[in-house]
Amino acid sequence: MSAASVDVELQGIAAPPMANGEVVFEAPWQGRVFGMARALCEAGHYSWDEFRECLIDAIGDWDREAEGDYRYFDHFLLALETLLERKNLLSAGELSERFGAYQARPHDHDH
Amino acid sequence: MSETNEPAIRAEALESILIDRGLLVAEAVDQVIVQYNERVGPMNGARVVARAWRDPEFKRRLLADGTSAIEEFAFEGGQTEKLVVVENTPDVHNVVVCTLCSCYPWAVLGLPPRWYKDPAYRSRVVREPRAVLREFGVELPDEREVRVWDSSAEVRYLVLPEPPADSENLDETELAERISRDSMIGVELL
Repeated sequence: MSAASVDVELQGIAAPPMANGEVVFEAPWQGRVFGMARALCEAGHYSWDEFRECLIDAIGDWDREAEGDYRYFDHFLLALETLLERKNLLSAGELSERFGAYQARPHDHDH
Repeated sequence: MSETNEPAIRAEALESILIDRGLLVAEAVDQVIVQYNERVGPMNGARVVARAWRDPEFKRRLLADGTSAIEEFAFEGGQTEKLVVVENTPDVHNVVVCTLCSCYPWAVLGLPPRWYKDPAYRSRVVREPRAVLREFGVELPDEREVRVWDSSAEVRYLVLPEPPADSENLDETELAERISRDSMIGVELL
């Protein structure tokens, strides 16, 4: 394993939350969202700076409203959706449709 | 319930669309998560090792009393158990295990890898360390002594690996990038 080739961002707004030297994901989906954002960036669909700007905007919008608890990964997910739409890699309608379909799954669906 | 699940379902929907569109493969997402878990946790240990390679006085203190030597790094959470650092040399190779459970120097190495908790590793590395090391790709000359250190609730071990051959001109930060988690457990040579 070559450790040298791994690009790890440890600080700043777009770094994953850390505790005791660990990356902390409170739920598996948070890891998936973080992984998607990095993988799409590594595949060249956008730069990490572009993503960071979207994230700063998403958090800024929330700051102005400031309703409910601050949930970092909700903003992270929203920022990713926004950026992908802007890049024409995703349509909001398509996402809503699939989201609705997944939500309508039977409640014993094991996820 | 549905409210708290919402982002999870949304993330799942997003990932499936991106995969359908050929923009993403699930394995790439897995790989990012693995990278962060393997690199970010052990980064603290790598900084300690890199400093020991560059600063003989620090290395002396580290080998004499690991717990106090790493205090200057002020790692978040700190190392509450006694930390013992064991040095690999041309004569001795060290490897760490916890035969009872999965005691691990988490302040410097993060979470233990899955195989570290595996019953096969825990029992076999004590009985036949050379065979286990060979399976990890570590070939040691016959004359090199292998020492196996059994971690406990009170004492945690960190291996100080030998520096890579071509690293003389690297600074501490560059060196730290070269140090893998596995080398600090003793199952990889750099």
